[in-house]
Amino acid sequence: MTLWWIGDILLLVVVLPVVIYLLNGVLSAAKSIVPSVHQIAGVAAAGSKDLDAVPLLLTTQRQVEQTVAGVAEYGGSLDVIIDDAEER
Amino acid sequence: MPAAGVVLIIAVVLIVLALVYYLVSTIFALRTITAGLDDVIAGVGAIVEKSAPVNGVVTAINEQLDTGVDLLEGLLVKKAGMDDALGLVDGLYPGAAAAGFRQFPESTSITPPRIAEVYTKGTLTLARLGREAPIATANPAGPVLRNVEGGSLAARLLYPEGRQSKPEVMPRSPVIGTDAPSQYEEREDIGQPRKRMPAR
Repeated sequence: MTLWWIGDILLLVVVLPVVIYLLNGVLSAAKSIVPSVHQIAGVAAAGSKDLDAVPLLLTTQRQVEQTVAGVAEYGGSLDVIIDDAEER
Repeated sequence: MPAAGVVLIIAVVLIVLALVYYLVSTIFALRTITAGLDDVIAGVGAIVEKSAPVNGVVTAINEQLDTGVDLLEGLLVKKAGMDDALGLVDGLYPGAAAAGFRQFPESTSITPPRIAEVYTKGTLTLARLGREAPIATANPAGPVLRNVEGGSLAARLLYPEGRQSKPEVMPRSPVIGTDAPSQYEEREDIGQPRKRMPAR
């Protein structure tokens, strides 16, 4: 009978607090992840929104292409109009 | 049942209840995390999708700009000569001559002439645009065309002082003639001797 009582005391005084302590640690760790995940989700959404202007790069590319073409034509005209340095 | 058995059962029930409470709470927390991660994955997927063409487009833009730079550098060197071209670039962008021209590796070893200290940028541009430019009537290789220390002030003096402060609204020139909006009174005594001398 004495051993039964010792087992009961061990269960109530040692095993139960240890189980509660360990489970509480797991739950705290899991709950601490939640706000971080929400913050990451918000940042990802904001980053995605920031990239909405990326298609404008295609417009930039077209304009750069046209500008370089215009500069090339202008340079060609200057090449004809102005003498070379060696010819002076 | 002995009292020790009852206490044992109560202890086991307490342990099971603690397990249930904490494990269920952990399950709910993990489900919340899973939902949040789904949002993260959706956002990251959108970022990946939107940024996919950036590399190709930016590379194409850089290639086109490189072509334009090579073209202009080549034209400048061809028309102005290597030394003057370097001096011009260094005058417009101080220190840029140290990097030289990309298509002319030998340009990094040339000491650029201090063109910007002799000519203003506008004068230099005019001189480079063609021999018909007014400044080109003088030989660019000749003496300095402007005062190096007070050159900016000398250039300003070419214009009326009223325009130096850059007012938003300049006074308009008066309209004269018979159609002028302000007609002066015609008096016969103008130009005649005074009837009464002013009091002293």
